Amino acid sequence: MNGLDINTDLARSILTGFIRSETTRSGFQKAVIGVSGGVDSAMSCFLAAEALGPENVLAVRMPYKTSSQDSLDHAQLVIDATGVQSVTIPITDMADGLINQFPDMAKLRMGNIMARCRMIVLYDQSSAFGGLVIGTSNKTEILLGYSTQFGDAASAFNPIGDLYKTQLRQLAHAMGVPQVIIDKAPTADLWIGQTDEGELGFTYAEVDKLLYLMVDERYTPDECVEAGYDRKFVETVVKRIQRYHYKRVMPPIAKLGNRTIGYDFLYLRDWGT
Amino acid sequence: MKVKLALAQINTKLGVVESNLEKHLDYIQRAKNEGADLVIFPELSLTGYVLQDLVPTVAHRATADDPVFKELLATSRDIDIVVGFAEEDVRNRFYISSAYLSLGKVAHVHRKVYLPTYGLFDEGRFFAWGDSVEAFDTRFGRAGILICEDFWHTSSPYLLWMDGADLFLFTSASPGRGLTSAPELSTAHWVESINQAYASIFTSFVIHSNRVGFEDGLHFWGGSTVFDPNGELLAKAPLDDEALTYCEIDLNQLHRTRARLPLLRDERTALVQRELMRILKRDDSRSGR
Repeated sequence: MNGLDINTDLARSILTGFIRSETTRSGFQKAVIGVSGGVDSAMSCFLAAEALGPENVLAVRMPYKTSSQDSLDHAQLVIDATGVQSVTIPITDMADGLINQFPDMAKLRMGNIMARCRMIVLYDQSSAFGGLVIGTSNKTEILLGYSTQFGDAASAFNPIGDLYKTQLRQLAHAMGVPQVIIDKAPTADLWIGQTDEGELGFTYAEVDKLLYLMVDERYTPDECVEAGYDRKFVETVVKRIQRYHYKRVMPPIAKLGNRTIGYDFLYLRDWGT
Repeated sequence: MKVKLALAQINTKLGVVESNLEKHLDYIQRAKNEGADLVIFPELSLTGYVLQDLVPTVAHRATADDPVFKELLATSRDIDIVVGFAEEDVRNRFYISSAYLSLGKVAHVHRKVYLPTYGLFDEGRFFAWGDSVEAFDTRFGRAGILICEDFWHTSSPYLLWMDGADLFLFTSASPGRGLTSAPELSTAHWVESINQAYASIFTSFVIHSNRVGFEDGLHFWGGSTVFDPNGELLAKAPLDDEALTYCEIDLNQLHRTRARLPLLRDERTALVQRELMRILKRDDSRSGR
Protein backbone atom coordinates (compact mmCIF):
# COMPACT_ATOMS: atom_id res chain seq x y z
CA MET A 1 0.00 0.00 0.00
CA ASN A 2 1.25 3.46 -0.88
CA GLY A 3 1.20 5.56 2.29
CA LEU A 4 0.25 8.62 0.27
CA ASP A 5 -3.00 7.09 -0.95
CA ILE A 6 -5.95 8.64 0.83
CA ASN A 7 -9.63 7.91 1.15
CA THR A 8 -10.94 11.03 -0.54
CA ASP A 9 -14.51 10.71 0.77
CA LEU A 10 -13.22 10.72 4.32
CA ALA A 11 -10.87 13.66 3.70
CA ARG A 12 -13.67 15.59 2.03
CA SER A 13 -16.08 15.08 4.89
CA ILE A 14 -13.53 15.98 7.60
CA LEU A 15 -12.26 19.06 5.78
CA THR A 16 -15.70 20.48 4.95
CA GLY A 17 -16.66 19.87 8.59
CA PHE A 18 -13.53 21.72 9.68
CA ILE A 19 -14.29 24.70 7.43
CA ARG A 20 -17.87 24.89 8.72
CA SER A 21 -16.73 24.63 12.32
CA GLU A 22 -13.93 27.18 12.12
CA THR A 23 -16.05 29.66 10.18
CA THR A 24 -19.30 29.54 12.11
CA ARG A 25 -17.85 29.23 15.61
CA SER A 26 -16.14 32.59 15.21
CA GLY A 27 -19.43 34.15 14.12
CA PHE A 28 -18.90 34.08 10.36
CA GLN A 29 -20.81 32.43 7.53
CA LYS A 30 -18.54 33.38 4.66
CA ALA A 31 -15.06 32.88 3.32
CA VAL A 32 -12.63 34.68 1.02
CA ILE A 33 -10.09 32.77 -1.07
CA GLY A 34 -7.38 33.94 -3.39
CA VAL A 35 -7.85 31.77 -6.45
CA SER A 36 -4.71 31.61 -8.58
CA GLY A 37 -5.66 29.01 -11.15
CA GLY A 38 -3.53 26.39 -9.40
CA VAL A 39 -4.71 23.17 -7.83
CA ASP A 40 -4.17 24.24 -4.20
CA SER A 41 -6.43 27.28 -4.24
CA ALA A 42 -8.88 25.37 -6.45
CA MET A 43 -9.04 22.70 -3.75
CA SER A 44 -9.66 25.21 -0.94
CA CYS A 45 -12.34 26.86 -3.08
CA PHE A 46 -14.12 23.58 -3.87
CA LEU A 47 -14.07 22.58 -0.20
CA ALA A 48 -15.28 25.99 1.00
CA ALA A 49 -18.07 26.08 -1.59
CA GLU A 50 -19.26 22.66 -0.44
CA ALA A 51 -18.93 23.53 3.25
CA LEU A 52 -20.50 26.99 3.26
CA GLY A 53 -22.49 27.14 0.03
CA PRO A 54 -21.08 28.83 -3.09
CA GLU A 55 -22.97 32.06 -2.41
CA ASN A 56 -20.96 32.43 0.80
CA VAL A 57 -17.56 32.12 -0.84
CA LEU A 58 -15.75 34.94 -2.60
CA ALA A 59 -13.00 33.90 -5.00
CA VAL A 60 -10.55 36.70 -5.64
CA ARG A 61 -8.38 36.79 -8.74
CA MET A 62 -5.37 39.05 -8.30
CA PRO A 63 -3.32 39.26 -11.48
CA TYR A 64 -0.07 41.19 -11.79
CA LYS A 65 0.87 42.51 -15.22
CA THR A 66 3.21 39.57 -15.86
CA SER A 67 0.74 36.94 -14.67
CA SER A 68 -0.07 34.42 -17.37
CA GLN A 69 -3.45 34.38 -19.07
CA ASP A 70 -3.64 30.67 -18.20
CA SER A 71 -3.69 31.51 -14.51
CA LEU A 72 -6.63 33.86 -14.96
CA ASP A 73 -8.49 31.43 -17.21
CA HIS A 74 -7.95 28.49 -14.88
CA ALA A 75 -9.12 30.56 -11.92
CA GLN A 76 -12.25 31.32 -13.92
CA LEU A 77 -12.76 27.57 -14.49
CA VAL A 78 -12.75 27.11 -10.71
CA ILE A 79 -15.22 29.95 -10.23
CA ASP A 80 -17.53 28.55 -12.90
CA ALA A 81 -17.29 24.97 -11.64
CA THR A 82 -18.06 25.88 -8.02
CA GLY A 83 -20.52 28.71 -8.66
CA VAL A 84 -18.85 30.91 -6.02
CA GLN A 85 -18.93 34.68 -6.13
CA SER A 86 -15.89 36.31 -7.65
CA VAL A 87 -14.03 39.53 -8.10
CA THR A 88 -10.86 40.41 -10.01
CA ILE A 89 -8.56 42.92 -8.37
CA PRO A 90 -5.29 43.54 -10.25
CA ILE A 91 -2.30 44.19 -7.98
CA THR A 92 -0.07 45.80 -10.61
CA ASP A 93 -0.50 49.38 -9.42
CA MET A 94 -0.05 48.65 -5.74
CA ALA A 95 2.93 46.33 -6.29
CA ASP A 96 4.62 48.62 -8.81
CA GLY A 97 4.22 51.53 -6.42
CA LEU A 98 6.93 49.88 -4.34
CA ILE A 99 8.80 47.94 -7.01
CA ASN A 100 9.41 51.05 -9.19
CA GLN A 101 11.20 52.78 -6.34
CA PHE A 102 13.97 50.17 -6.58
CA PRO A 103 15.02 49.78 -10.21
CA ASP A 104 17.42 46.87 -9.61
CA MET A 105 15.07 44.80 -7.51
CA ALA A 106 15.73 41.04 -7.70
CA LYS A 107 12.83 38.94 -8.92
CA LEU A 108 12.51 37.01 -5.66
CA ARG A 109 12.02 40.30 -3.84
CA MET A 110 9.43 41.35 -6.40
CA GLY A 111 7.70 38.01 -6.01
CA ASN A 112 7.47 38.51 -2.25
CA ILE A 113 5.94 41.96 -2.76
CA MET A 114 3.31 40.47 -5.06
CA ALA A 115 2.48 37.72 -2.58
CA ARG A 116 2.12 40.28 0.21
CA CYS A 117 0.02 42.62 -1.95
CA ARG A 118 -2.35 39.71 -2.51
CA MET A 119 -2.50 39.16 1.23
CA ILE A 120 -3.49 42.82 1.70
CA VAL A 121 -6.19 42.51 -0.95
CA LEU A 122 -7.56 39.31 0.61
CA TYR A 123 -7.71 40.74 4.10
CA ASP A 124 -9.35 43.88 2.74
CA GLN A 125 -11.93 41.73 0.94
CA SER A 126 -12.34 39.75 4.15
CA SER A 127 -13.53 42.93 5.79
CA ALA A 128 -15.65 44.08 2.83
CA PHE A 129 -17.28 40.68 2.20
CA GLY A 130 -17.48 39.70 5.86
CA GLY A 131 -15.68 36.38 5.42
CA LEU A 132 -12.59 34.66 6.78
CA VAL A 133 -9.52 34.19 4.58
CA ILE A 134 -9.05 30.48 3.89
CA GLY A 135 -5.50 29.23 3.41
CA THR A 136 -4.26 27.55 0.27
CA SER A 137 -0.88 26.11 1.32
CA ASN A 138 -0.33 22.37 1.10
CA LYS A 139 1.81 20.24 3.43
CA THR A 140 4.64 19.86 0.92
CA GLU A 141 5.20 23.57 0.42
CA ILE A 142 4.74 24.34 4.11
CA LEU A 143 7.43 21.79 5.00
CA LEU A 144 9.77 22.97 2.27
CA GLY A 145 9.16 26.62 3.16
CA TYR A 146 8.17 27.30 -0.42
CA SER A 147 5.98 30.29 0.36
CA THR A 148 6.14 33.97 1.28
CA GLN A 149 5.85 34.62 4.98
CA PHE A 150 2.85 36.90 5.67
CA GLY A 151 2.05 36.57 1.97
CA ASP A 152 0.44 33.48 0.47
CA ALA A 153 1.09 31.73 3.80
CA ALA A 154 -1.29 34.10 5.62
CA SER A 155 -4.81 32.90 6.42
CA ALA A 156 -7.42 32.59 9.14
CA PHE A 157 -7.28 28.81 8.87
CA ASN A 158 -6.07 26.25 6.41
CA PRO A 159 -8.04 23.14 5.41
CA ILE A 160 -5.40 21.67 3.08
CA GLY A 161 -2.17 22.12 5.07
CA ASP A 162 -1.99 18.46 6.12
CA LEU A 163 -2.26 17.13 2.56
CA TYR A 164 0.85 16.55 0.51
CA LYS A 165 0.63 17.79 -3.05
CA THR A 166 0.24 14.20 -4.26
CA GLN A 167 -2.65 13.62 -1.85
CA LEU A 168 -4.21 16.94 -2.70
CA ARG A 169 -4.27 15.96 -6.35
CA GLN A 170 -6.20 12.80 -5.44
CA LEU A 171 -8.77 14.83 -3.54
CA ALA A 172 -8.94 17.43 -6.32
CA HIS A 173 -9.64 14.68 -8.82
CA ALA A 174 -12.35 13.16 -6.63
CA MET A 175 -14.06 16.50 -6.09
CA GLY A 176 -14.13 17.40 -9.77
CA VAL A 177 -11.47 20.08 -9.99
CA PRO A 178 -10.93 20.55 -13.76
CA GLN A 179 -8.31 18.10 -15.00
CA VAL A 180 -6.28 20.80 -16.77
CA ILE A 181 -5.66 22.43 -13.38
CA ILE A 182 -4.64 19.15 -11.74
CA ASP A 183 -2.30 18.24 -14.58
CA LYS A 184 -0.50 21.53 -15.17
CA ALA A 185 2.96 22.26 -13.81
CA PRO A 186 2.59 23.94 -10.39
CA THR A 187 3.78 27.54 -10.41
CA ALA A 188 3.70 30.57 -8.14
CA ASP A 189 3.50 32.58 -11.40
CA LEU A 190 5.51 35.39 -9.83
CA TRP A 191 7.63 35.70 -12.97
CA ILE A 192 7.37 34.34 -16.48
CA GLY A 193 8.39 30.71 -16.83
CA GLN A 194 8.64 30.07 -13.08
CA THR A 195 7.65 26.56 -11.97
CA ASP A 196 7.76 25.09 -8.46
CA GLU A 197 9.56 21.97 -9.57
CA GLY A 198 12.07 23.97 -11.65
CA GLU A 199 12.90 26.16 -8.68
CA LEU A 200 12.97 23.39 -6.09
CA GLY A 201 15.03 21.08 -8.28
CA PHE A 202 12.86 17.99 -7.76
CA THR A 203 9.30 16.89 -8.46
CA TYR A 204 6.44 16.83 -5.97
CA ALA A 205 5.94 13.15 -6.68
CA GLU A 206 9.53 12.43 -5.56
CA VAL A 207 9.69 14.73 -2.58
CA ASP A 208 6.26 13.75 -1.24
CA LYS A 209 7.36 10.13 -0.90
CA LEU A 210 10.49 11.23 0.93
CA LEU A 211 8.63 13.69 3.18
CA TYR A 212 6.10 11.01 4.01
CA LEU A 213 8.90 8.72 5.21
CA MET A 214 10.73 11.44 7.14
CA VAL A 215 7.81 13.27 8.67
CA ASP A 216 4.94 10.80 8.93
CA GLU A 217 6.90 7.59 9.34
CA ARG A 218 9.73 9.22 11.36
CA TYR A 219 12.57 7.78 9.26
CA THR A 220 16.00 9.28 10.01
CA PRO A 221 17.88 10.77 7.03
CA ASP A 222 20.17 7.70 7.04
CA GLU A 223 17.17 5.38 6.94
CA CYS A 224 15.81 7.34 3.98
CA VAL A 225 19.10 6.78 2.17
CA GLU A 226 18.92 3.07 3.03
CA ALA A 227 15.39 3.08 1.63
CA GLY A 228 16.84 4.10 -1.72
CA TYR A 229 16.87 7.91 -1.76
CA ASP A 230 19.88 9.84 -3.01
CA ARG A 231 21.84 11.25 -0.06
CA LYS A 232 22.16 14.69 -1.57
CA PHE A 233 18.43 14.87 -2.19
CA VAL A 234 17.73 13.80 1.38
CA GLU A 235 20.16 16.39 2.76
CA THR A 236 18.66 19.17 0.62
CA VAL A 237 15.20 18.40 1.90
CA VAL A 238 16.30 18.10 5.54
CA LYS A 239 18.06 21.46 5.27
CA ARG A 240 15.05 23.13 3.70
CA ILE A 241 12.72 21.84 6.41
CA GLN A 242 15.00 23.22 9.15
CA ARG A 243 15.92 26.45 7.44
CA TYR A 244 12.34 27.49 6.82
CA HIS A 245 10.87 26.42 10.13
CA TYR A 246 10.61 30.10 11.08
CA LYS A 247 7.84 30.45 8.54
CA ARG A 248 5.78 27.82 10.33
CA VAL A 249 5.80 29.31 13.82
CA MET A 250 4.70 32.55 15.40
CA PRO A 251 7.54 35.06 15.99
CA PRO A 252 9.05 34.30 19.41
CA ILE A 253 8.39 36.79 22.18
CA ALA A 254 11.16 37.57 24.69
CA LYS A 255 10.06 36.26 28.05
CA LEU A 256 10.08 38.72 30.94
CA GLY A 257 6.98 38.14 33.05
CA ASN A 258 5.52 35.14 34.83
CA ARG A 259 3.08 34.51 32.04
CA THR A 260 4.13 35.09 28.48
CA ILE A 261 2.15 34.66 25.31
CA GLY A 262 3.42 31.63 23.48
CA TYR A 263 5.08 29.92 26.50
CA ASP A 264 2.74 29.74 29.45
CA PHE A 265 -0.37 31.52 28.28
CA LEU A 266 -1.84 28.55 26.50
CA TYR A 267 -5.25 28.51 24.88
CA LEU A 268 -6.52 27.11 21.62
CA ARG A 269 -7.54 29.61 18.99
CA ASP A 270 -11.06 28.25 19.43
CA TRP A 271 -11.10 29.58 23.00
CA GLY A 272 -14.39 31.34 23.66
CA THR A 273 -16.04 30.26 20.42
CA MET B 1 -32.05 -8.62 32.97
CA LYS B 2 -32.12 -6.15 30.12
CA VAL B 3 -30.57 -2.71 30.26
CA LYS B 4 -31.23 0.03 27.76
CA LEU B 5 -28.07 2.07 27.14
CA ALA B 6 -27.92 5.50 25.53
CA LEU B 7 -24.60 6.61 24.05
CA ALA B 8 -24.61 10.41 24.15
CA GLN B 9 -22.11 11.21 21.42
CA ILE B 10 -21.97 14.98 21.70
CA ASN B 11 -19.93 17.93 20.55
CA THR B 12 -18.93 20.34 23.31
CA LYS B 13 -18.24 24.04 23.59
CA LEU B 14 -14.64 24.51 24.66
CA GLY B 15 -14.55 25.76 28.24
CA VAL B 16 -18.22 26.78 28.40
CA VAL B 17 -19.60 24.48 31.10
CA GLU B 18 -23.08 26.08 31.35
CA SER B 19 -23.73 25.55 27.68
CA ASN B 20 -22.45 21.97 27.78
CA LEU B 21 -24.54 21.28 30.88
CA GLU B 22 -27.62 22.44 29.02
CA LYS B 23 -26.86 19.96 26.24
CA HIS B 24 -26.37 17.19 28.82
CA LEU B 25 -29.76 17.91 30.38
CA ASP B 26 -31.37 17.87 26.96
CA TYR B 27 -29.80 14.52 26.00
CA ILE B 28 -30.64 13.06 29.40
CA GLN B 29 -34.28 14.10 29.02
CA ARG B 30 -34.44 12.57 25.55
CA ALA B 31 -32.89 9.35 26.84
CA LYS B 32 -35.43 9.25 29.67
CA ASN B 33 -38.28 9.73 27.21
CA GLU B 34 -37.02 6.69 25.31
CA GLY B 35 -36.91 4.65 28.50
CA ALA B 36 -33.12 4.38 28.70
CA ASP B 37 -31.58 3.13 31.96
CA LEU B 38 -28.08 4.52 31.57
CA VAL B 39 -26.77 7.41 29.49
CA ILE B 40 -23.02 7.67 28.87
CA PHE B 41 -21.30 10.93 27.93
CA PRO B 42 -17.74 11.10 26.55
CA GLU B 43 -14.50 12.21 28.22
CA LEU B 44 -14.54 15.82 29.47
CA SER B 45 -18.09 16.14 28.17
CA LEU B 46 -18.84 19.15 30.38
CA THR B 47 -15.77 21.12 29.34
CA GLY B 48 -14.29 20.15 25.98
CA TYR B 49 -10.90 18.52 25.57
CA VAL B 50 -7.92 20.79 24.76
CA LEU B 51 -8.43 22.95 27.83
CA GLN B 52 -4.82 23.95 28.51
CA ASP B 53 -4.89 27.03 30.77
CA LEU B 54 -8.68 26.86 31.02
CA VAL B 55 -8.46 23.83 33.34
CA PRO B 56 -8.58 25.72 36.67
CA THR B 57 -11.47 27.86 35.49
CA VAL B 58 -13.74 25.00 34.38
CA ALA B 59 -13.05 22.42 37.10
CA HIS B 60 -15.83 21.19 39.38
CA ARG B 61 -16.35 18.75 42.24
CA ALA B 62 -18.83 15.90 42.01
CA THR B 63 -20.74 16.93 45.11
CA ALA B 64 -24.37 17.75 45.83
CA ASP B 65 -23.56 21.41 46.54
CA ASP B 66 -21.70 21.97 43.26
CA PRO B 67 -23.98 24.03 40.98
CA VAL B 68 -23.35 21.81 37.95
CA PHE B 69 -23.58 18.45 39.74
CA LYS B 70 -26.62 19.60 41.68
CA GLU B 71 -28.57 19.73 38.43
CA LEU B 72 -27.14 16.48 37.09
CA LEU B 73 -27.81 14.67 40.37
CA ALA B 74 -31.39 15.90 40.40
CA THR B 75 -31.98 14.41 36.98
CA SER B 76 -30.22 11.14 37.88
CA ARG B 77 -33.11 9.97 40.10
CA ASP B 78 -34.67 8.00 37.27
CA ILE B 79 -31.76 7.42 34.90
CA ASP B 80 -28.12 6.60 35.59
CA ILE B 81 -25.56 8.98 34.07
CA VAL B 82 -21.87 8.81 33.24
CA VAL B 83 -20.52 12.32 32.79
CA GLY B 84 -17.02 13.58 31.99
CA PHE B 85 -15.57 16.63 33.72
CA ALA B 86 -12.44 18.40 34.88
CA GLU B 87 -12.25 17.71 38.62
CA GLU B 88 -10.55 19.79 41.28
CA ASP B 89 -9.82 17.89 44.49
CA VAL B 90 -9.79 19.37 47.97
CA ARG B 91 -6.10 20.15 47.68
CA ASN B 92 -6.56 21.85 44.29
CA ARG B 93 -5.19 19.19 42.03
CA PHE B 94 -6.97 18.81 38.71
CA TYR B 95 -8.01 15.51 37.15
CA ILE B 96 -9.71 14.27 34.03
CA SER B 97 -12.62 12.47 35.66
CA SER B 98 -15.84 10.65 34.91
CA ALA B 99 -18.60 10.36 37.48
CA TYR B 100 -21.32 7.71 37.70
CA LEU B 101 -24.52 9.27 39.01
CA SER B 102 -27.47 7.16 40.13
CA LEU B 103 -30.60 7.67 42.24
CA GLY B 104 -29.57 11.24 43.01
CA LYS B 105 -26.13 10.23 44.32
CA VAL B 106 -22.55 10.10 43.11
CA ALA B 107 -21.92 6.35 42.96
CA HIS B 108 -18.34 6.56 41.73
CA VAL B 109 -15.72 8.91 40.33
CA HIS B 110 -12.89 7.61 38.17
CA ARG B 111 -9.83 9.81 37.72
CA LYS B 112 -7.89 9.13 34.54
CA VAL B 113 -4.76 7.19 35.48
CA TYR B 114 -2.88 7.41 32.17
CA LEU B 115 -2.39 10.93 30.86
CA PRO B 116 -0.95 10.87 27.34
CA THR B 117 1.80 13.47 27.08
CA TYR B 118 3.32 12.80 23.70
CA GLY B 119 2.59 13.53 20.06
CA LEU B 120 -0.42 15.80 19.90
CA PHE B 121 -1.27 15.15 23.57
CA ASP B 122 -0.23 17.32 26.50
CA GLU B 123 -2.44 16.11 29.35
CA GLY B 124 0.35 15.56 31.88
CA ARG B 125 1.21 19.24 31.70
CA PHE B 126 -2.24 20.32 32.88
CA PHE B 127 -3.64 17.43 34.93
CA ALA B 128 -2.74 15.24 37.89
CA TRP B 129 -2.63 11.45 37.55
CA GLY B 130 -5.47 9.46 39.08
CA ASP B 131 -4.36 6.75 41.51
CA SER B 132 -6.89 3.98 41.33
CA VAL B 133 -8.74 1.63 39.04
CA GLU B 134 -11.79 0.36 40.89
CA ALA B 135 -15.02 -1.34 39.96
CA PHE B 136 -18.25 -0.27 41.65
CA ASP B 137 -21.79 -1.56 42.08
CA THR B 138 -24.69 -0.26 40.02
CA ARG B 139 -28.37 -1.16 39.65
CA PHE B 140 -27.27 -3.33 36.74
CA GLY B 141 -24.37 -5.17 38.31
CA ARG B 142 -20.77 -4.25 38.80
CA ALA B 143 -19.18 -1.76 36.42
CA GLY B 144 -15.93 0.07 35.86
CA ILE B 145 -15.01 3.30 34.10
CA LEU B 146 -11.86 3.96 32.06
CA ILE B 147 -11.03 7.13 30.18
CA CYS B 148 -9.39 6.93 26.75
CA GLU B 149 -5.64 6.35 27.29
CA ASP B 150 -6.51 4.27 30.38
CA PHE B 151 -7.78 1.49 28.16
CA TRP B 152 -4.69 1.51 25.96
CA HIS B 153 -2.98 -0.15 28.92
CA THR B 154 -4.27 -3.70 29.26
CA SER B 155 -3.67 -3.65 33.00
CA SER B 156 -6.52 -1.17 33.51
CA PRO B 157 -9.40 -3.29 32.17
CA TYR B 158 -7.72 -6.35 33.67
CA LEU B 159 -7.87 -4.75 37.11
CA LEU B 160 -11.52 -3.86 36.61
CA TRP B 161 -12.22 -7.42 35.54
CA MET B 162 -10.55 -8.79 38.63
CA ASP B 163 -12.45 -6.26 40.74
CA GLY B 164 -15.73 -7.70 39.47
CA ALA B 165 -16.73 -5.42 36.62
CA ASP B 166 -18.97 -6.98 33.97
CA LEU B 167 -19.82 -3.65 32.36
CA PHE B 168 -16.84 -1.73 31.04
CA LEU B 169 -17.77 1.91 30.52
CA PHE B 170 -15.14 3.58 28.34
CA THR B 171 -15.19 7.27 27.49
CA SER B 172 -13.01 9.19 25.04
CA ALA B 173 -12.31 12.47 23.34
CA SER B 174 -10.28 10.85 20.62
CA PRO B 175 -8.69 13.15 18.05
CA GLY B 176 -8.90 11.47 14.64
CA ARG B 177 -5.65 10.82 12.78
CA GLY B 178 -4.19 8.49 10.23
CA LEU B 179 -5.86 9.29 6.91
CA THR B 180 -5.10 6.37 4.60
CA SER B 181 -6.91 4.73 1.74
CA ALA B 182 -9.14 2.90 4.26
CA PRO B 183 -12.73 4.07 4.76
CA GLU B 184 -12.09 5.02 8.42
CA LEU B 185 -9.25 6.87 10.11
CA SER B 186 -6.58 4.69 11.73
CA THR B 187 -7.70 5.87 15.17
CA ALA B 188 -11.25 4.66 14.59
CA HIS B 189 -9.92 1.29 13.48
CA TRP B 190 -7.52 0.96 16.44
CA VAL B 191 -10.05 1.93 19.08
CA GLU B 192 -12.77 -0.32 17.73
CA SER B 193 -10.38 -3.28 17.49
CA ILE B 194 -9.25 -3.05 21.09
CA ASN B 195 -12.79 -2.56 22.36
CA GLN B 196 -13.80 -5.70 20.54
CA ALA B 197 -10.74 -7.54 21.83
CA TYR B 198 -11.48 -6.59 25.44
CA ALA B 199 -15.11 -7.67 25.13
CA SER B 200 -13.90 -11.05 23.84
CA ILE B 201 -11.05 -11.74 26.24
CA PHE B 202 -12.82 -10.39 29.33
CA THR B 203 -16.13 -11.90 28.21
CA SER B 204 -17.82 -8.68 29.27
CA PHE B 205 -19.83 -5.80 27.85
CA VAL B 206 -17.60 -3.04 26.53
CA ILE B 207 -19.37 0.27 26.00
CA HIS B 208 -17.47 3.16 24.44
CA SER B 209 -18.72 6.74 24.21
CA ASN B 210 -16.59 9.06 22.06
CA ARG B 211 -17.19 12.69 21.22
CA VAL B 212 -17.49 14.54 17.92
CA GLY B 213 -16.68 18.05 16.72
CA PHE B 214 -13.59 20.15 16.17
CA GLU B 215 -11.19 22.02 18.44
CA ASP B 216 -8.86 24.14 16.33
CA GLY B 217 -7.66 21.63 13.73
CA LEU B 218 -8.38 18.52 15.85
CA HIS B 219 -11.31 16.45 14.72
CA PHE B 220 -13.13 14.05 17.07
CA TRP B 221 -14.62 11.17 15.16
CA GLY B 222 -17.42 9.68 17.26
CA GLY B 223 -18.27 6.11 16.22
CA SER B 224 -19.26 5.07 19.76
CA THR B 225 -19.82 1.33 20.13
CA VAL B 226 -21.26 -1.45 22.28
CA PHE B 227 -19.71 -4.93 22.17
CA ASP B 228 -21.22 -7.94 23.93
CA PRO B 229 -19.30 -10.66 25.85
CA ASN B 230 -18.87 -12.62 22.61
CA GLY B 231 -17.13 -9.64 21.03
CA GLU B 232 -20.14 -9.01 18.79
CA LEU B 233 -20.86 -5.44 17.80
CA LEU B 234 -24.33 -4.58 19.11
CA ALA B 235 -24.48 -0.90 18.21
CA LYS B 236 -22.39 1.72 16.53
CA ALA B 237 -23.05 5.45 16.49
CA PRO B 238 -22.37 7.40 13.30
CA LEU B 239 -18.94 8.83 12.56
CA ASP B 240 -18.49 12.57 13.07
CA ASP B 241 -22.12 13.46 13.87
CA GLU B 242 -23.78 14.09 17.20
CA ALA B 243 -26.11 11.23 18.08
CA LEU B 244 -27.99 9.60 20.91
CA THR B 245 -27.62 5.92 20.11
CA TYR B 246 -29.67 3.34 22.00
CA CYS B 247 -28.69 -0.24 22.63
CA GLU B 248 -30.48 -2.81 24.71
CA ILE B 249 -28.13 -5.30 26.31
CA ASP B 250 -29.14 -8.61 27.85
CA LEU B 251 -27.07 -9.20 30.99
CA ASN B 252 -27.86 -12.94 30.77
CA GLN B 253 -25.42 -13.03 27.88
CA LEU B 254 -22.67 -12.98 30.52
CA HIS B 255 -23.98 -16.35 31.79
CA ARG B 256 -24.21 -17.84 28.32
CA THR B 257 -20.80 -16.66 27.13
CA ARG B 258 -18.97 -17.61 30.31
CA ALA B 259 -20.59 -21.04 30.32
CA ARG B 260 -19.07 -21.56 26.88
CA LEU B 261 -15.80 -19.77 27.58
CA PRO B 262 -14.76 -19.81 31.27
CA LEU B 263 -11.81 -17.42 30.91
CA LEU B 264 -12.73 -15.58 34.08
CA ARG B 265 -12.99 -18.85 36.07
CA ASP B 266 -9.59 -19.98 34.84
CA GLU B 267 -7.76 -16.68 35.31
CA ARG B 268 -4.75 -17.37 37.57
CA THR B 269 -4.49 -14.18 39.58
CA ALA B 270 -2.02 -15.59 42.12
CA LEU B 271 0.26 -16.59 39.28
CA VAL B 272 0.03 -13.07 37.85
CA GLN B 273 0.86 -11.61 41.23
CA ARG B 274 3.80 -13.98 41.78
CA GLU B 275 5.26 -13.30 38.38
CA LEU B 276 4.77 -9.54 38.66
CA MET B 277 6.49 -9.51 42.04
CA ARG B 278 9.37 -11.52 40.61
CA ILE B 279 9.66 -9.28 37.55
CA LEU B 280 9.47 -6.06 39.54
CA LYS B 281 12.13 -7.26 41.97
CA ARG B 282 14.65 -7.75 39.20
CA ASP B 283 17.43 -5.18 39.36
CA ASP B 284 17.37 -4.62 35.63
CA SER B 285 13.63 -4.02 35.46
CA ARG B 286 12.55 -0.69 36.84
CA SER B 287 10.38 0.54 34.02
CA GLY B 288 7.14 2.37 34.65
CA ARG B 289 5.79 3.88 37.78
